[in-house]
Amino acid sequence: MTDRHGIEAQGLVRVFKKGPRAVDGIDLRVEPGEIYGFLGPNGAGKSTTVLMLVTLLPPTEGSARVAGYDVVSEGPHVRASIGAALQEAALDPLLTGREHLRLQTTMHGMSAADRKQRSGELLERVGLTQAADRKVRTYSGGMKRRLDLALALVHSPSILFLDEPTTGLDIQSRLALWAEVERLARDEGVTVFLTTQYLEEADALADRVGIIDHGKIVAEGSPAELKAQVGRPTVEVVPADREERDRAAAILARFGEPCGSAAEGVAVRLRSGEADLAEIVRALDAENLKVEHLQLHQPSLDDVFLAKTGRSLEGAGDEEEVTPAAELALDRA
Amino acid sequence: MRALAVARGVAWRTLHNVFTNPSLLIPSLVFPLFFFVAFAGGLSQVDNVPGFDFPLGYTAFQFVFVLLQSAAFGGVFTGFGIARDFETGFARRLLLAAPNRTGIVLGYGGAALVRWLVTAAVLTIVALLVGMTVGGDGIDLLGLYTLALLVNIAAVLWAAGVAMRLRTMQAGPVMQMPVFLVLFFAPVYVPLSLLQGWIHGLATVNPLTRVLEAGRGFLAGSPTEVGVAFAVALGLAALFSLWALRGLRSAEAAG
Amino acid sequence: MSNVFAGQVLTLAQRSVVRTVRQPANIVFPLVFPLLLLAVNAGGLDAATRLPGFPTNSFVAFALAIPFIQGALFATMNAGTDLARDIQTGFLNRLALTPMRGIALLTGQLGGIVAMGVIQSLVYLGVGLAVGVRLESGPAGALVLIVLAVLISIGFGALGAFAALRTGSGEAVQSLFPVFFVFLFLSSMAMPRNLIEIDWFRAVATANPVSYLIEAIRSLIIVGWDEEALALGFGFAFAITVVAVALASMALRTRLARS
Repeated sequence: MTDRHGIEAQGLVRVFKKGPRAVDGIDLRVEPGEIYGFLGPNGAGKSTTVLMLVTLLPPTEGSARVAGYDVVSEGPHVRASIGAALQEAALDPLLTGREHLRLQTTMHGMSAADRKQRSGELLERVGLTQAADRKVRTYSGGMKRRLDLALALVHSPSILFLDEPTTGLDIQSRLALWAEVERLARDEGVTVFLTTQYLEEADALADRVGIIDHGKIVAEGSPAELKAQVGRPTVEVVPADREERDRAAAILARFGEPCGSAAEGVAVRLRSGEADLAEIVRALDAENLKVEHLQLHQPSLDDVFLAKTGRSLEGAGDEEEVTPAAELALDRA
Repeated sequence: MRALAVARGVAWRTLHNVFTNPSLLIPSLVFPLFFFVAFAGGLSQVDNVPGFDFPLGYTAFQFVFVLLQSAAFGGVFTGFGIARDFETGFARRLLLAAPNRTGIVLGYGGAALVRWLVTAAVLTIVALLVGMTVGGDGIDLLGLYTLALLVNIAAVLWAAGVAMRLRTMQAGPVMQMPVFLVLFFAPVYVPLSLLQGWIHGLATVNPLTRVLEAGRGFLAGSPTEVGVAFAVALGLAALFSLWALRGLRSAEAAG
Repeated sequence: MSNVFAGQVLTLAQRSVVRTVRQPANIVFPLVFPLLLLAVNAGGLDAATRLPGFPTNSFVAFALAIPFIQGALFATMNAGTDLARDIQTGFLNRLALTPMRGIALLTGQLGGIVAMGVIQSLVYLGVGLAVGVRLESGPAGALVLIVLAVLISIGFGALGAFAALRTGSGEAVQSLFPVFFVFLFLSSMAMPRNLIEIDWFRAVATANPVSYLIEAIRSLIIVGWDEEALALGFGFAFAITVVAVALASMALRTRLARS
């Protein structure tokens, strides 16, 4: 179902009863039909934010509207408009895939005929028709995630929340899931709010990315915009004859300012961007300078994270990470 | 001597686990006390049943059973701990580190023994406090507690053998059920002479019945079937020590 | 609207039954263990029937009431553990995101318990009749017995659900087992109250609601129609059920905590 309202949050805060300020004032706006990537290390507050937006956790302060409804005062309407695949693939190992779909469709009040049709359709869509009548405990991680997605889509929601959907999956399953998410956004106008700790996932899928650290958004924009903020691409050259370093440096200097490089090479930050790469190669060739190694470095989202927080994203996980189940338990204690 | 060093290490660690972990310690102390209270208290009228002739009364009659039951289940509880060690991989670490692996079994056995001695002490004190009469002298009581000790050893060796073969917490019921059946197909509530029908038959062939009757005899000061009882207890301990050692080999082979 | 609700309850009840059926240990153990205990205790304590004032000369008939309570206890543990697992895996969150009403979850859960309760009751009655026990209250009494047994299962089941919802932990539910066990033992389970010699034990058994549950079932087997025993038994069963369901509903509301 096409979404017309998107997601809005103002000053969202979540403080736990004996504990951390997991979300510390988040403002965001996700446009209808957009894929928004929420990127951050473990413990940054991604899952807590999602729990608030899907109405399972009340915010301590601030407000949010999802699909045009307030998450605190209009919970049932929010839930009717969203689908969620949260961090744990919340499945019952004793039930089959088909039984899960039957349960979910019944909970949504579908008629018997609709239930059957919708279940069949979704099983086909996620490629689980063959395995539909096997118990979920026999499913691989990828299959469980696919079933999880199917269950989230049962009532054709206009907004989909995916909390770390490809963590622990093999490449094939990850790519398949990405393809499906893109299709949902592109062909069905579903708004997707996706949290991830994987750079390439945010890079590949998201129209816009919000980078979160310690409960706050530290940067927001499209992947290209964010990377451009941090810097332009660099080119590094290692000459075959190490004596030629100075000559290589002089050639490269025509294309940009010198910057740090490996000991045997020289590097410049390109003035005009990666389009210059072909020119650089021609110039080196014209001067008869033999090159052992030439590499173009694009700034990555990790560079963005590093620039904004002083830490690298990979390996930046908080030791005091609180899992979503633990968060809810903390809240209810 | 290396076996003893290993045994000491394993025993210390097991005991440390139990005595610093209320959820492990409390049940093994409380359950025997509870059964004692429930059986001796709730069923005390049974000593008025015609034909019930135990001279010391129902409390003492039940005390012996509960003592043996605590010995048997104490062994089984240690078996749970062994199974858990295998499931968490800790046992593998022990097998790799120990220069003498028989010491590992000895260690677990030693721990079970110490653990049971604490339980037995608590049980005895409570029984005396509620007025249980004792008919036997020091030698008789030594006989009673030695029998119980042998039951404890047999039980822990049985449970260890199961734990080392199955190497999972799911082994719990497999350890517990046979012990439970052997205990309860014995003259638990009334003497053998007052049992009838199929249960009389079962109790007659049950080796634990000899141990139980001898134990009651010791407490009353008129020992009976002592030789048979000790032969049974020692025999079970010997049989299950073979069982446990073979189980150890099986665990080693599994890696 | 009510069709949707009915559909939700039915599906959740179905799921509850299916989960039990697919864990054979959860069926076999609650059926077999109480019967095993019955055999052992009936054999071991048969001599007690010779006590003056003992209400029957068949200890099996006297003790047949006990499996109904034990069976309810085991079924409770299993249902509570299953619900705790739903919380731990996040499955409850999944259900919370649907229009499911909390009461539907509880009702469905208890539906599974009702099904198990009926099966267990039929098995225990069947075994009792097979070993020669005569039901003094006749076929009508058998029906009343089943109704009472199922009501007791619902009450205990709701307590298990409360524990699961309150703690979210399977281990916490399991740790209730000794508590129930104590209540079972410190009752008129093994001996009629008037034949318990030890004063404090008899006092505890008199104050213990489980005694009245057992005595009501027992009366249908060995006495016939004992109005007082039945009134007390049903009364306590209802009271336990009402309190437990209320507690479980409150805990469920907190646990679902949806806006």
